[in-house]
Amino acid sequence: MAETAERTATRKPSEMFPARELSSGAFLADREGLLGILFLAPAVLYIIGLVGIPFFLAIAFSLSDATIGDASLDIVGFRNFSRVIQTPQFRRALFDSFFFTIVAQFIVIVLANILAVVMSRDFRGKWLARTLIILPWATPISLGTIGWKWILDSKFSPIDWVLQQVGLLGGPDALLGPGRHLTYLGVEGLAVSSVILVHVWRILPLATVILMAGLTSIPRDILEQAQVDGAKFWRIHFQVSIPMILPIMSIALLFGLIFTFTDMVVTFILTRGGPVYYTQVLPLWAWFKGIDGGNLGEGAAIALFMFPVLLATAILILRSARRMEVT
Amino acid sequence: MQAIMPRLKRAGHYLIVAAFCFFTAAPFLIMIVNTFKQDADLYRPQNNPFIYNVPPTLDNLRLLFEGTNYLGFVRNSLFVGVLVVLITLVVAVPAAYALARLAGSWGERAGIAIFLVYLVPPTLLFIPLFRVVTAFGLNDSVWSLVLVYPTISIPFSTWLLMGFFKSIPRDLEEAAMVDGFSRLMAFFKVVMPLSLSGVIAVTVFTFTLTLHEFVYAMTFISSSDSRPLSVGVPIELVRGDVFYWQSLLAAAVIVAIPVGIVYNMFLDRLVAGFTMGAVKG
Repeated sequence: MAETAERTATRKPSEMFPARELSSGAFLADREGLLGILFLAPAVLYIIGLVGIPFFLAIAFSLSDATIGDASLDIVGFRNFSRVIQTPQFRRALFDSFFFTIVAQFIVIVLANILAVVMSRDFRGKWLARTLIILPWATPISLGTIGWKWILDSKFSPIDWVLQQVGLLGGPDALLGPGRHLTYLGVEGLAVSSVILVHVWRILPLATVILMAGLTSIPRDILEQAQVDGAKFWRIHFQVSIPMILPIMSIALLFGLIFTFTDMVVTFILTRGGPVYYTQVLPLWAWFKGIDGGNLGEGAAIALFMFPVLLATAILILRSARRMEVT
Repeated sequence: MQAIMPRLKRAGHYLIVAAFCFFTAAPFLIMIVNTFKQDADLYRPQNNPFIYNVPPTLDNLRLLFEGTNYLGFVRNSLFVGVLVVLITLVVAVPAAYALARLAGSWGERAGIAIFLVYLVPPTLLFIPLFRVVTAFGLNDSVWSLVLVYPTISIPFSTWLLMGFFKSIPRDLEEAAMVDGFSRLMAFFKVVMPLSLSGVIAVTVFTFTLTLHEFVYAMTFISSSDSRPLSVGVPIELVRGDVFYWQSLLAAAVIVAIPVGIVYNMFLDRLVAGFTMGAVKG
């Protein structure tokens, strides 16, 4: 046992036991620095080649007049940025990107907390419940969103049908109005709510899984001690469990924020940014301008507006996560 | 009185679970019902949308499987997903191990730096990568997706696995190395078997990313033969202004149910992977 202590203290067993049997590859493997570089190299090269360089290319595009037809990079300075900023579509897209992300993630964190707690218990039918809850994660977002597009259809929405049946919609003195349909995706407020709803729906399974991981990591004796001390369930949850899983909750939040802020699929399928441009978001607007409209420069400029925001969010969350771990 | 309280509590518990299940699964229920609906039934707003007012039909499935390249899309998605998972594991596992064990004090910071790469989203990179893919001559090929998708999965996977390897005591490998194993063999024989949950978590996460990815697939690929599910289905079943609703909805639920069941089987492993990788690491 003394040997073990010594080994952990020096942490370089390869230096301490030079005479041990050499197996094949040991020559290489003994040089840990070299092995570390070899192990790390593929990941670093991949990231530099396919994220780093394209990222700077994106900046170059945003400063140029490149189009799909003529992709030569003639630098035009900040013209793309100033032109983009002046459009009302851009301002709306900027606002909506923030609004959708913040509201959707607030709802997701609240719901995922409740769901993670109820799903951590044992109950009959848990297997089925788990499958049902994970379903939104198990089909491409584009196809899941098509499901919602039908549910929110202007003529055939099943929700409208139910509301009509219970007398809330379509009667002369119905609570939601005499019209037979609410046209969820055709009215500003309802369309905004619909986009948020779909984001909540698709992020919830992942957030729940991450929070369940947090809950299982809490040592049992701490919870049992709290119970022995006479604390009730919700009090334990708020005063013991939640503070302990805050770091991982911020990880869940980080994923949710990134996924929602950078997503263009939900709005692309559900509303195409409409009605008018009331549900436009930055990534979708960048796609419409850059690929659909062929103006690579302006598209890249719009997309670049996402980066500082993402960076700030990530640094903030990772920092607070580490501070929480220390205390 | 005392017997009633636990029962009420249990009922409340089931009620909450049921409400959540309804929220997540109701769209799929409607998809299943609509899969077999005739046009004459579906497109009459006064018809009950939850039952068959006109006898059900298999025509919509026939359109999906025979009138579109649906099976081709499924094949492409699986092909891309499996290859990207393999590439991700081959690249991220050694990188994570190097950062956790071999890199010393700058390993932690390098790990965070790699995680930050995850913040450069596809919606920012698709314009330059469109040019890169063209330069490689991979336009219109599933290989463009195989090449590009690991940029989304490697940063996250490296970060999670790094946490995972850190939670495995160093002593285990070092004991093996004293017994004559090289560092490399100690890694494969001792560390990897203990990291199964982490590998499964990364596999599930990566496969999901490839299944969901839309922007790159939409930008790089313009022929039906090479499209994955996420873009192939909406493009082929929305013709002009006409939505083939029943077939669209069928396409979604046919993927969701088997994938959901497989994910559920691995869910405990996934949770364990996140616990070790993201909490303790």
